[in-house]
Amino acid sequence: MSDPGFAREELMTIAAARLLWNGCVCFVGIGLPSAACNLARLTHAPDIVLVYESGTIGTRPGVLPLSIGDGELAETASCVVPLPEVFSHYLQAGRVDVGFLGAAQIDRFGNLNSTVVGPYASPKVRLPGAGGAPEIAAHAKQTFVMLAATPRSFVERLDFRTSGGFLEGHGARARTTARGGGPRAVITDFGMLAPDPETEELRLVALFPGATVEEAKGKVGWPLAVAGRVDAIAAPTALELETLRALHARTKAAHRRAVEMPV
Amino acid sequence: MLLSLSDAIDRFVPDGASVALEGFTHLIPFAAGHEIIRQRRRDLHLIRMTPDLVYDQMIGMGCARRLTFSWGGNPGVGSLHRLRDAVEHGWPRPLELDEHSHAAMAAAFTAGAARLPFGVLRGYIGTDLPAHNPRIRSVDCPFTGETLAAVPALNPDVTIVHAQRADRAGNVAIHGILGAAREAALAATSLIVTVEEIVDALPPAMNGIVLPHFVVSAIAHVPGGAYPSYAHGCYARDNAFYLAWDVIARERAAFTAWMERHVLGTRDHGAFLAGLRAEAA
Repeated sequence: MSDPGFAREELMTIAAARLLWNGCVCFVGIGLPSAACNLARLTHAPDIVLVYESGTIGTRPGVLPLSIGDGELAETASCVVPLPEVFSHYLQAGRVDVGFLGAAQIDRFGNLNSTVVGPYASPKVRLPGAGGAPEIAAHAKQTFVMLAATPRSFVERLDFRTSGGFLEGHGARARTTARGGGPRAVITDFGMLAPDPETEELRLVALFPGATVEEAKGKVGWPLAVAGRVDAIAAPTALELETLRALHARTKAAHRRAVEMPV
Repeated sequence: MLLSLSDAIDRFVPDGASVALEGFTHLIPFAAGHEIIRQRRRDLHLIRMTPDLVYDQMIGMGCARRLTFSWGGNPGVGSLHRLRDAVEHGWPRPLELDEHSHAAMAAAFTAGAARLPFGVLRGYIGTDLPAHNPRIRSVDCPFTGETLAAVPALNPDVTIVHAQRADRAGNVAIHGILGAAREAALAATSLIVTVEEIVDALPPAMNGIVLPHFVVSAIAHVPGGAYPSYAHGCYARDNAFYLAWDVIARERAAFTAWMERHVLGTRDHGAFLAGLRAEAA
């Protein structure tokens, strides 16, 4: 296949950015979600409100932060609040429209593992753990999940359930005290999955340019259901690609720059 | 009480203590962590939402027996290799985990600051964490009957935080990203604060974050005390160091050599910073 002129990771970021609307309140994680949210802010959603769990609200960073608490986030924020307030007064109180989540593993009901591969008491790989994810998953009005697909990440059975999606499906989530609506989209490297309205099982609903249903099925570790209509996600526009690449270039330069050591 | 950092650690951080070095990415008290390593403390119960590089170093140097935490990675970079080695292989010693979510740690520090027995949140819904941590329980609301998550209050024997400045009376002013530093400070039995500078008088701080002198056990003047984390308005986070740490800490031998040279081999934080400056030049 000829070089399409953009990478799948860029497509994921751009597709996620397109799901965000102007003015929406977004709880942002580091990595792809941070890139997607800032791309949206720099293109079609200038008044998006970005909340990072470090306590920065309404932040407008010029470069992407390496950590969730870079000084850039505080300097460009509307306000900086103590972390317990972000989780209690904002997230738990239902003031977040969209929460972004990543993970090492996802299952067919959008439940996520970011804790361990292998048994908890004797893990093969110890992952960083929950962080803010369980409560973002519970209380954001909706969540978008971003992770690359392999049969080892899209699994039949999670090694550990860190964050609840639709649990066992068929309305199980609605019977809990979670206030948010759960995962509305999973953005991965072949396209997008979304829950079936009845069973709540994730189905293939959209494909990136160059991706196929066969590729999607091959990368997912459970028998992937396909929606009646599978949309073709439009190729990136020149503005989207240029804005994203410039953001990454500024970020890379900033993170490699030697800082003045304190005396 | 103004003390040198080494005197403050000697006095308030005995072997076996529960210790919280807080500060969320910003204002992480690295100098204090290094001094604990220099004084070869053992069997500590380390408490921190995000263990970060400072606990990776303390765990790798054998200071800790237990870790209360909610996210253990190198932010934006990847794994904490020393934390992983301790959990996956018991090196240099096994590490007990008391693992939570951020929201629950925040609730536990807030309860601790208020001297309440537990923190409460609408949390841990649909997760396996409670099945592996007996300290995550539930409580029924006496008014509505709703079942809520409960976590025991965190009351560290000693909390250590870093701040931009204190005045001579011992009042401490913090600017910028706070994390749960204020709650962790007020939850502790003893509170050590390292500061960039000590001034005659702090500017008026209505609605500012101030730890008043009567909650502070000791202040130590440690310029650069948060490096390679940062102190807003004083110096920036050394993101390149966080990237470099991934290589330094990946293997036991390289990690140990680095710690012996830069931490055990230096008498204090000033010498630690001078050593890194010389190496960079």
